[in-house]
Amino acid sequence: MKLITAIIQPDKLDEVREALIKKDIKRITASRVTGRGQHVEEDLYRGQEVALDLIPKVRVDIACNEKFVKVICDTIIKSARHNNGKLGDGKIFVTNLEECIRIRTGEKGADAI
Amino acid sequence: MQRIFLKIIMTFGFIFCSGSLAFSGEEIGVDSGVTSWMITSTALVLLMIPGLAMFYGGLVRAKNVLGTMLHSYSAMAIIGVFWAVCGYSMSFGPSVMGGWFGWDPDLVFLSGIDDKIMDAGVPEYVFAMFQGKFAIITPAIIAGAFAERVRFKTYCIFILLWTILVYSPLCHWVWAEDGFIFNMGANGAIDFAGGTVVHISSGISALVIALYLGSRRGYPRTAMHPNNLVMTLIGAGLLWVGWFGFNAGSSIGSNLDTARALTVTQVAGASGALMWMLIEGFKHEKVTSLGVASGILAGLVVITPAAGVVQVKGAIILGFIASIFSYSAIQMKNKLGYDDTLDVFGIHGVSGIVGALGLTFFIRSSWMEEAAILAGGSWTVLQQLGVQALAVLITVIYASIITFILVVILEKTIGFRITEREEMEGLDHSLHGEHGYGLINLN
Repeated sequence: MKLITAIIQPDKLDEVREALIKKDIKRITASRVTGRGQHVEEDLYRGQEVALDLIPKVRVDIACNEKFVKVICDTIIKSARHNNGKLGDGKIFVTNLEECIRIRTGEKGADAI
Repeated sequence: MQRIFLKIIMTFGFIFCSGSLAFSGEEIGVDSGVTSWMITSTALVLLMIPGLAMFYGGLVRAKNVLGTMLHSYSAMAIIGVFWAVCGYSMSFGPSVMGGWFGWDPDLVFLSGIDDKIMDAGVPEYVFAMFQGKFAIITPAIIAGAFAERVRFKTYCIFILLWTILVYSPLCHWVWAEDGFIFNMGANGAIDFAGGTVVHISSGISALVIALYLGSRRGYPRTAMHPNNLVMTLIGAGLLWVGWFGFNAGSSIGSNLDTARALTVTQVAGASGALMWMLIEGFKHEKVTSLGVASGILAGLVVITPAAGVVQVKGAIILGFIASIFSYSAIQMKNKLGYDDTLDVFGIHGVSGIVGALGLTFFIRSSWMEEAAILAGGSWTVLQQLGVQALAVLITVIYASIITFILVVILEKTIGFRITEREEMEGLDHSLHGEHGYGLINLN
C-alpha cells in the first residue's frame, strides 16, 4: 500500500479531481496548506508589491494499493500542470503505507483502502 | 397643476425639479423634522450597499470574496461621482428627447440647487443624495448574477453605461413629474420606492447577462459552497435595516405616509422570511439560514413598489406570495440549468414583478377613491392592474434590450468574461492581487 501526497496549486484542484474521478479514483482527502517552493507570489498592499512568505497551496492525499500508483500519479501530473509546466505547479510524494484500517468494520490492509 | 399637486401629497410625494419651484412663488423654509429624517434615510440607504456587499460576498467561494464585494463598493465610487456630475440631471431634469430622459444644465454638478429648498421643506441636496443611493445600489444588485466570472474593468464600464442608458431613463419615466409612466392611468403607475426602477430593471438585466455570459466553469456539476454564510446573514440584516430608509424615506416626508411605509416594510420582510421558513421546513424538514435571508429579501423587494398604498394585511399576503414565487423561480432555475449565480432574477426580478402587479389588489380605498375622482367617475382594480402591467412590461422590455446590446458590445470589444485560468485562480488574486482570508492560511 502507498500513500500519495500531492501539493498542487489551488486553482488546479477542480481539474485534478475531475481527472481522477474520470479514472474512477474517488476517495481522496484535500486540505488547504501553505508552503514555499521555488514559486513566488505577490499581493498588492496600498501600492506596494508584497511577496508572500508562504503561499497558499492545496494538499491532496490518496491512499491506494500498488497497482494504482502509476495511474494516479500520471493523472495528477497531467491535470495539475499549467500549460507546459510552470514554477509552483507542485510536487508528488509517494510513501509506503504500513497499515490501513477501516474504522466502521475494523477491516485491515488492502481491503480497507 | 392640481392633479400633480394631489399626487405629490398623497403617495409619491416625490419630485420637485427646479422648474416646479418657480410657480410656488414664495420662499419655503427648511422643515427640520422632515430634513433630518431624509438625511437619516439617505444614510440608511447607503448602509444597504455594504449590506449587499456582505450578502453577496458571503455567498461566493473564498477565492472570489473580495472581487464580489468590490462590485458593490466600486458602484459607490463610480455611480457616486456620475450621479453628482449628471445622473441627477438625467433622472430629474425636465424631459428632453421626447421624454427619453431628463436634462437640466443647472443640475449638472448639482450647481443649480446650492440654495434650493423643495416644497417638502427639504434642501434639494438631501433629495439628490437620497436618490443617488438608489442609483448606486441598482447596478450593484445586478452584479450578483455574473459573480465569480467577469472582468473588473469591463464591469466598471458596464455599470456606468447601464446607469446612463437604463437606470436614468427609467428613473425619469417612473419618478419625475413629467415622466410618462408617472402619469399613466388615472393616478399614475404605482412604484413607491423602486419596484420597477430598481428591482425589476436590475433583475431582468441580471437574467439577460447571466444567460449571455454562460455558466461558471464546472456549474452545476461542481458544488460551489458559500464561503461565509455568517457574513451573508449580517448583510441581510443590514439590508433590512437600510430598507427603512429606502421605503419610508421614499415618502419624502416625515408624516403619516412615512409611518405607513415603515410599518408595511417591517411586516412584509417578516412575512417573506416566515413563508420561506415554512416552505423549507415542510419540504426539506430543515430551515436554512440562507433560506431565511432569501425570504427577508423577497418580502422587502415585494413591498418596495407597494409601501405607499397597501395596508398591513396586504403586506403580509404580498410577503407570503413573494417567497412562494421566488422559491419556485429558483427551483425552476436549477431545473433549467442557467447560472444566475446569486439568484438576482429569482429574488429581485420575480418578487419585484409580484409586488408591482400584486399590490393592485391591496390598495387602500382612499387611494382608489382619489383615482376615481381624477379619472372623472370610476377607477377599477382591473384598470389599475393594466397600468401596472404596462409599467412592468415597459421596464422588462426596455431594460433587457439595452442590457443585451451593452453586454454584447462589451464582450465583443474589451471582453466581459475573464479567462478560464483567471476564473479558476479566483478573482481576488488574479484581478486584484489580494487574498480575502489571510487568516485561513498561515503566512
